[in-house]
Amino acid sequence: MLKLENLSKVYKVGTFGGQELRAVSEVSFEAADGEVISLIGESGSGKSTIGKLILRLITPTGGRITFDGVDVGGLKGAAFKEYYRRVQGVFQDPFSSYNPIFKADRVFHNVRQEFFPRVPPAEWHDKVCRSLEAVGLNPEHVLNKFPHQLSGGQLQRFLIARALLLDIRFLVADEIISMLDASTRIDVLNLLADLKARGLSILFITHDLSLANYISERAVILYRGCVAEMGATGKIFEQPQHPYTRMLMASVPRLDKKWSVGEPAPKVVPAKLTAGCVYFDRCPLPAKDADCAVTRPPLIEVSPDHRVACSKL
Amino acid sequence: MSLQVDNLRVYYQTLRGDVKALDGATFAVADDEIMGLAGESGCGKTTLGHSLIRLAAPMRYVEGRVTLDGDELPVWDSARMNEFRFKRVSIIPQYAMNALNPTRKIGRMIAELLESRGVTYKSIEPELRRRLDLVKLVHSVLDLYPIELSGGMKQRMVMVISTLLDPSLLIADEITSALDVSSQKAVAEMLVEFRNRGFVKSMIVVTHDISVLYQIADTILIMYAGKLAEKAPTETIIHAPRHPYTRLLISSLPEIGVKYADTRLTGIPGNPPLLLAPPIGCRFRERCPVAFDKCREEPPFIEIAPGHFIACWQESGTHAQA
Amino acid sequence: MKKKNELLYFALRNTKLRIGLIIILFFVALTFVGPLFTTFQPLDYVNPRGPEPPSGEYWLGTTMFGQDVFTQVVYGLRATFFVGLIGGGLGTLIGVVVGFTAGYRGGVVDEVLTMITNIVLVIPALAVLLIIAAYLKVRGVLVESLFIACFAWPWAARAIRAQTFSLRTREFVDLAKLTGMKDRKIIFTEIAPNMLSYLVLVFILQFGGAILTAAALDFIGLGPTDSISLGLMMNNAVLWGALLLGMWWWFLPPGLAITAIVGALYVMNVGLDEVFNPKLREM
Repeated sequence: MLKLENLSKVYKVGTFGGQELRAVSEVSFEAADGEVISLIGESGSGKSTIGKLILRLITPTGGRITFDGVDVGGLKGAAFKEYYRRVQGVFQDPFSSYNPIFKADRVFHNVRQEFFPRVPPAEWHDKVCRSLEAVGLNPEHVLNKFPHQLSGGQLQRFLIARALLLDIRFLVADEIISMLDASTRIDVLNLLADLKARGLSILFITHDLSLANYISERAVILYRGCVAEMGATGKIFEQPQHPYTRMLMASVPRLDKKWSVGEPAPKVVPAKLTAGCVYFDRCPLPAKDADCAVTRPPLIEVSPDHRVACSKL
Repeated sequence: MSLQVDNLRVYYQTLRGDVKALDGATFAVADDEIMGLAGESGCGKTTLGHSLIRLAAPMRYVEGRVTLDGDELPVWDSARMNEFRFKRVSIIPQYAMNALNPTRKIGRMIAELLESRGVTYKSIEPELRRRLDLVKLVHSVLDLYPIELSGGMKQRMVMVISTLLDPSLLIADEITSALDVSSQKAVAEMLVEFRNRGFVKSMIVVTHDISVLYQIADTILIMYAGKLAEKAPTETIIHAPRHPYTRLLISSLPEIGVKYADTRLTGIPGNPPLLLAPPIGCRFRERCPVAFDKCREEPPFIEIAPGHFIACWQESGTHAQA
Repeated sequence: MKKKNELLYFALRNTKLRIGLIIILFFVALTFVGPLFTTFQPLDYVNPRGPEPPSGEYWLGTTMFGQDVFTQVVYGLRATFFVGLIGGGLGTLIGVVVGFTAGYRGGVVDEVLTMITNIVLVIPALAVLLIIAAYLKVRGVLVESLFIACFAWPWAARAIRAQTFSLRTREFVDLAKLTGMKDRKIIFTEIAPNMLSYLVLVFILQFGGAILTAAALDFIGLGPTDSISLGLMMNNAVLWGALLLGMWWWFLPPGLAITAIVGALYVMNVGLDEVFNPKLREM
């Protein structure tokens, strides 16, 4: 349904734009109907950039994104607006997603003006209430309020309700629960799982591995704009192959086991870019050689639905 | 006992009245103990952490005693607390990256800090260098400005500075929240290392991330709506919690390995009470699945097993006679 | 409650706003109504006995030359408000255009506009004014206003630019784009209302600032040559020894008037901020 082909985004930074920042570097993956894909990475991995590229808030510098076979980048006018009927996003900071001087309902109002201008008020009100109930909110408690009068969890659900007003097939959820309390997080997460069961596909962008494992069937591990490992979530988490994924798994604080003593500390990473493997400077593999610094490793299939970007395994 | 806190009450002054952010905390932290202080937003953990070192407006001291190594900490008197700060009680603030003065070279900043406490830079310098080695920072960072360091380096720098004078009590305020997974582990392990080497005697690690506490804390104190809910050794809190809130909280945390398809976790319905006019009795009553009549009366924070404290009528049933 | 009514409701309830507004309205009323109470002209020598303290005949007394202080104050207020409106208003307008363009476009446009803003900020206004004063023998209030506007706009521009930057990157702008809204619509319906309250605040500050600057210029003798203003009154008063001779009725009224007006404006400003920003309200 949604396909990323060799997607790249390069920024020009520094004085007079002399240097390059490769936020996303030839990333490819595919999302089918009714599936949750986790995009996992730390800060600087490019995961949020990919989310924005899919939502066409920024434009790629290389590669393309297709939705049902149609190139998203080429859409204009009415066709472009149609895209937003199918694909929507929810962002990390619930309080920043609302215009503070207006009531929270305004986000619904805007959707109505743009997409449902001819729907009569009573019918619209019904539609809104059903959408709110579908996300577990009581319309009486949350309508007609200002954003600062609602909690973070309510605001995020409100945004999901907004996305559901349109008949979306794909939702980009960019770290949507990282700013919520632990006890509300799981409820919003369960909501996403319920929506998936009803056919919605979700791109779950996160840095938290346990959340990704809880909710997604497939995962993509990103490091500095490149795909390190991708495939079925279970396989990646139980048998991580890429040294970066292994380091992540070893560093994540878990509730069922303690950190193993003696794991090497990750080294400080210089900002220099190379043509070769992005993980070269921190890679502890004994098989690492000069070739790694020069040639970018391709994604190699180590088992069905499990690919790793490393040529030395 | 390294730290003893008795019935500490600290409220926030607002235009609409006092917000009872910390309403009667009584607990102790022993020597060499790393105690995790956890809870959700608004539970009072940050208020507690800060009131032990700097109780400034809009926080208002109401009552309570704090004793460190037998000496009373005058937490209500900011001027007198100056004697204790940095030397006996120290803090690693939340956004440590921003805690370094951007207009000073790091070495100079440390020197100024030490002078203000009556310690000469020269006398500490050898120890400072040893500590920099321990956290794997090159000595030349002392000649750099904060802007030249990365986030992780700044974090480690602040950790070294905060513990330079070997304080008895170290408060770590959400120090892993803003870090990546890989840096989190390094920083958390460093905290334990500091304790193991005797740079600090006891530690209070304030965080909302319980899984980090499982890795490094000896005991965990769970707070809810300004009150203490449960304190016990880490293993007990994680694997055998008794307080209904703790139980619901722990069971709502997804660990790696748990999948939605296999086990659907649940959160805690409802919201914590507003602390402007908190409910009488147990503050968790509204959301508690096992609340009963007695809960309209405030449960005391008592010891139900060695080292295991709880504030719950249901759980402390047989002990409530005391 | 509908949005406009809500704003009005809070506006009228806000004490700071009310106090400030009352004081300003008082002076505005005085500007219009005041001249009706006096038959004199500000520069007429009406009192043959020269300087005299306030009395039934001359409500605020007379100056060294026998001019009626009350008349001077009332006509001087006109000049004050004129400068505030034109000087402050024009300064705000230029500042808004420059600041908003720089903030929304970013990139090269921003760099160039910021450079211009900084240059104008750094130019010593007084030095330029002295040079201009040397060439223009006769200066009116209009010229003074224009001049003030030319040097006041950078402050507004910087503030507006910073605000635009901060708003442009907020996620609600992204969300608006995701709703399929065109850029122009986003600017006018999402960003501008957010900025509107800010704009009003900036204008009020510019208004007050212009009055103060004019008073200062008048006080050192660089003000208009053909009319009276409050600053000019104070200038004359000090020049002719009012302080030494204890003629408090000459310099106190204009000084108090300026202080009251500018002070009221700033208090209104704080009040308005509370009205516009729902979070600051006492609900």
